Amino acid sequence: MPLLKDGNLVGEDAWLSVADDAPLPEDRPALISHARWQADKEQLVGRNAPVGIRLPNTVDVLDFGPEAGRFDLIVLEFPKFSDGRAYSQARLLRERFGFGGELRATGHVLQDQLWHMQRCGFDAFEIAREDATQAFAAAMRSFSHVYQPTGDGRVSALKQRLAATRKQEAAE
Amino acid sequence: MYQYDQIDQTLVDERVAQFRDQVARRLNGAISEDEFKPLRLQNGLYLQLHAYMLRIAIPYGTLSSRQLRALAQIGCKYDRGWGHFTTRQNLQYNWIRLEDAADALADLAKVQMHAIQTSGNCIRNTTTDQFAGAAHDEIEDPRVWCEIIRQWSTFHPEFSFLPRKFKIAVTGSPNDRAAVRVHDIGLRMHRNAAGETGFEVIVGGGLGRTPFIGKTIRDFLPRQHLLSYLEAILRVYNQFGRRDNIYKARIKILVHEIGIETIRDKIEAEWQAIRDGALKLPQEAIDQIAAHFAPPAFETLLGGVAPEYANAFRTDFEFGLWARRNTFKHKQPGYSIVTISLKKEGEPPGDMKAEQMLAVADLADRYSFSEIRVTHEQNLVLPHVKQSDLPALFKALKAYDLATPNVGLASDIIACPGLDYCALANARSIPIAQQIALRFKNWERAHDIGELKIKISGCINACGHHHVGHIGILGVDKNGEEFYQLTLGGSADQDAALGDILGPALDTAQTVDAIDSLVETYLRLRRNSDERFLDTYRRVGLQPFKEAIYAAA
Repeated sequence: MPLLKDGNLVGEDAWLSVADDAPLPEDRPALISHARWQADKEQLVGRNAPVGIRLPNTVDVLDFGPEAGRFDLIVLEFPKFSDGRAYSQARLLRERFGFGGELRATGHVLQDQLWHMQRCGFDAFEIAREDATQAFAAAMRSFSHVYQPTGDGRVSALKQRLAATRKQEAAE
Repeated sequence: MYQYDQIDQTLVDERVAQFRDQVARRLNGAISEDEFKPLRLQNGLYLQLHAYMLRIAIPYGTLSSRQLRALAQIGCKYDRGWGHFTTRQNLQYNWIRLEDAADALADLAKVQMHAIQTSGNCIRNTTTDQFAGAAHDEIEDPRVWCEIIRQWSTFHPEFSFLPRKFKIAVTGSPNDRAAVRVHDIGLRMHRNAAGETGFEVIVGGGLGRTPFIGKTIRDFLPRQHLLSYLEAILRVYNQFGRRDNIYKARIKILVHEIGIETIRDKIEAEWQAIRDGALKLPQEAIDQIAAHFAPPAFETLLGGVAPEYANAFRTDFEFGLWARRNTFKHKQPGYSIVTISLKKEGEPPGDMKAEQMLAVADLADRYSFSEIRVTHEQNLVLPHVKQSDLPALFKALKAYDLATPNVGLASDIIACPGLDYCALANARSIPIAQQIALRFKNWERAHDIGELKIKISGCINACGHHHVGHIGILGVDKNGEEFYQLTLGGSADQDAALGDILGPALDTAQTVDAIDSLVETYLRLRRNSDERFLDTYRRVGLQPFKEAIYAAA
């Protein structure tokens, strides 16, 4: 499945998805399940190569969040596009726990959800589209303004208006 | 009222462009019907029994005369010259063609309107008191807060795929005309001991198949924290609301299952983490929105009764009836609030012809600072009418069949579209409403009965709010026949209550007769004419009413 990172197609995914009972590669970034992390935590902490984790959307991020910094990749799941739990998980990881690694959306990822996902902090997307980069570019053009402040850095309409008023007042 | 700036207009225009593209992708097969369905629903387009229905958002029920004219024109251009006002203060067109939908939305965008937040599992269009900014009993204008909520909730990236739809209502008056206790979140403005205004926050109310009266989660929320608190509630709900069963997915079920204390702890903890963040509202920002809702240029009039009004009241009997039922006390001396009944006996509740919309738009320009409101009881309101203009306004309304003097009376019935239009319904609502209204057409009897709220839903989803009707009527299907179950004693006001089931369901003819018998029973039992149906019911209980309907059987 095509993988987009920051809007660009990733030719080959550097991350190796490892089954719970398979050994971890020594020299390659390994993506593991949340269950494995919980079971083998002590052993995994000492590993040198990067570790990524798949977080089911039923995991309470308030519990997991303090450990988020140990990972270079967190994969969040959309079992159905209509199941929006991972939007909240993403914002909490980015905005509450300061997660700075790759935040990847997987599952039922559709063009018309990309705008929302990106606003919530996702920067990578597994998307079942041959024209994935075009779809992403189109989605990013959806709206010129936003009403809500999120961690994506866009300035909300409310703040834009306040800034405009203050500028006007300063000029007068 | 609120005027779009460049930001709002750009967003609505971009939304139309996005929808056009989605329709095009559906038509060329790039997306499946399954994938398209939520996209069209996010733009208010439902597939009903006979045609597509387009639901237009009327944010917090406020319309300008220009917007109402546009709604009339769109009704003529793309529908059959009608519109239907709903219990969500919205407007529905029942006969829209898919290929016209994007054009209709483009026409709406020209008058700062849209169909965003009218469907889907998102935060829906916020509703409020139809008398906002005008009522004498108001603490603060709730429209300011509705607009702040509208902006925050529009295209919210985190909350567009909630477990289920989510409805917020706001009242700025202690006399709740917005039914805030039966919404996912109800906000009631009040003053704290220091005299500051803020919100009582109520969660988990709702009707549908499992009705609940909402519970207070916070007694007083300072104004500047409104959005962070709402975000905290929605974040908890988005993560922990049930998604395994559509019928158990509303926040009311979460509140019921984990308990108000547990959910309060979660929400308060989340709020503590974000309360002083980017959502905290600076006073300047509140003022900027509030400036849009500055009072119109009222004339300074003396208190007391205008001579034109007094004269008409004395000489024109019909005017007197109408003025008594259809006007409400304004905060500005010499002005009145006028409710235009869309409940002429025998007509479908909430329906309006395009020419009536155009007439009301003209009357709003002439008599009410070009403002119109939509009520959740499916009527319209002219919020700011000079008392001395009331006789002239009455005459003008009468010419368009819009002066039915029945606001709050037995024939002022809320009814969902029912099996005549709706794909979910089990039974028809509109014909029952029509037949009952005709029974109470006699003004003398209707006015003697006084306030009586009858609410009809054609299925258990309760769009007609039957649970909170003084008399509620629920359509059920019994082996392919339409039957109706009656409830008594419901209320959507500040004393909100769910109705009690009267007994076994009745067929159509029995139902209409039963309403008559219930009313006769009330008239026999009431202490005096000031005791409303609801008061009598609360005093005497179900039994005498039950006997009146079922004893003979």
